Amino acid sequence: MALLLEVRNLKTHYRLGGWLSGRRVLRAVDGVDLTLNSQQTLAVVGESGSGKTTLGRTILRLVEPTEGKIVLDGQDISRFSQARLRPLRRRMQIVFQHPYASLNPRKRVGRIVAQPLRVHRVPGDHRRQVGELLERVGLPASAANHYPHEFSGGQRQRIAIARALALRPDLIVLDEITSGLDVTVKLRVLALLNELQADFRLAYLFISHDLAVVRTVSDRVAVMYLGRIVEESPTPAIFERPLHPYTQVLKASIPEPAARGSWNPPVLVGDAPSPVNVPSGCRFHPRCPLAQAICREVEPELRELAPGRRVACHLAEA
Amino acid sequence: MLLQVKDLTVRYGGHLAVWEAGFTLGEGEVLGLVGESGAGKSTVGRALLRLLPEPGRIVSGAITFKGRDLLALPEAELRALRGAEIALIPQDPLAALNPAFRIGLQATDALALHRGLSRREGKGVMARLLARMGIADPEDALRRYPHELSGGMRQRVLIAIAFSCGPSLLVADEPTTSLDVTTQAQILRLLDGLRSETRVATCFITHDLGIVAHLTHRVAILYAGCLVEQAPTETILTAPRHPYTRALVGSLPLDGIMPALQGPPQACPFSDRCPERMAICDTAHPPLKSVGAGHQVACHLY
Repeated sequence: MALLLEVRNLKTHYRLGGWLSGRRVLRAVDGVDLTLNSQQTLAVVGESGSGKTTLGRTILRLVEPTEGKIVLDGQDISRFSQARLRPLRRRMQIVFQHPYASLNPRKRVGRIVAQPLRVHRVPGDHRRQVGELLERVGLPASAANHYPHEFSGGQRQRIAIARALALRPDLIVLDEITSGLDVTVKLRVLALLNELQADFRLAYLFISHDLAVVRTVSDRVAVMYLGRIVEESPTPAIFERPLHPYTQVLKASIPEPAARGSWNPPVLVGDAPSPVNVPSGCRFHPRCPLAQAICREVEPELRELAPGRRVACHLAEA
Repeated sequence: MLLQVKDLTVRYGGHLAVWEAGFTLGEGEVLGLVGESGAGKSTVGRALLRLLPEPGRIVSGAITFKGRDLLALPEAELRALRGAEIALIPQDPLAALNPAFRIGLQATDALALHRGLSRREGKGVMARLLARMGIADPEDALRRYPHELSGGMRQRVLIAIAFSCGPSLLVADEPTTSLDVTTQAQILRLLDGLRSETRVATCFITHDLGIVAHLTHRVAILYAGCLVEQAPTETILTAPRHPYTRALVGSLPLDGIMPALQGPPQACPFSDRCPERMAICDTAHPPLKSVGAGHQVACHLY
């Protein structure tokens, strides 16, 4: 299994403008380390404001990193100019959350899916390639002649997936792509992603707020809280026995149908603090049920507690 | 019986949103109304309050609440019921609150209108309710504008408003869909605590079977505006009969999309996507049939 992507100490900070807000800094991504092997799926899970979407966009250099390294196949692309990035964009694609916003309503589907082929001057018959791509994602080739509004949310997401596949990338960032979909449709799209992964030898960075969805698609899970990864683990292990207190709360918060009558979700104190005002020490300490003196002062690093399991917590034990 | 809905049919212009749906709700009972987007579950909830957005019309059917026919009630009497006897927790708290007024003013409207309380008295009642909802500084929250509160706080405010006049029927329309999972868990806990304390009968609209499992007594499944199955929650989760319910409960992926009814259904609305489709499914709409204690299914298999 070859290493495809390596991210080291990645930071994306936004300077908040305006003379009223002073010189405040929003630390959306604040020191993330992760690795992704080719043909594997890493899920990045977090609640709103955790920085997961910014992380995905920074890795693709759609947002400029403030600090850190993004190593794709041995090349650090974090300081590449846009011109040097361009050929590399063929290898990394993205599917966005809102298929209503990400597909141009004034262009036919055929043009939308062929766009990357045109931009990168891929030789060959684009019309035929588009037809094949559409069929590969479960749509008829004739869909190319229609406009996005003629399709349902699930079908539009398939169109966006076909566009991402057009250049045969190695990595696709999937940013909350199932969050607007109904459950039976969602499951169908997830099954399609699994098929495509094998056929096209794809690695996915699967960004989601939904632990239940992540369970069915990912090899590994990284949990984000306020711009940092607090736990990273193989998927089965993190569901069996989450080690970080935040992951434990996250998992216990899901109402599982099977556990009828015994659901007793833990209560987190308050709302998540803002990434403008990151707490000292461990960023989870103001809400953590186990917090101690050290947690208020020292920021915990990710430690390997078991093979392949890394946890950023002073108190967690394997 | 607190609430009885019979053959409710709702139209939005050329689109038939709900077709002959019927269910009952006893005192203190929680009914889950489940379906995917466009299935008609929110429309049913809104119809209970006769608050359908334009061009929605209740075409036929009957809604009887405490022995009174809600569809025959003059608007003035209905207004006396809304927010007092029948309360709504809406789906989108930001859209439900007026951005131009402080929370304290809008949260005391119902108390002023239905209970004749002054704003000052109303704020006292709201502050106690908000404290009950886990808001640390309720007086401060009442002084804020909606945009100054987090999504979870706003939804707590709306729940407090819904409970403020002591309703006997609550319509909760996906009250936690816009929230993060940890916030959702807190809000559901608070909501369920208040509900069981006040014994308010609740129509809980959701697409989440996990919520259904933990909060409801009975479930009605809607598909393309038709009620396809109704049963006690335990039965729905362990022995669902309708192929659509089985797909939902078993997390089975389905091809195709839900159709939109234009006129009275001439076939089973699920037949296109049904793994057990038979010839009759395309020629006749299956009526609801009783298949067990309190268990009804609309499917030609039974």
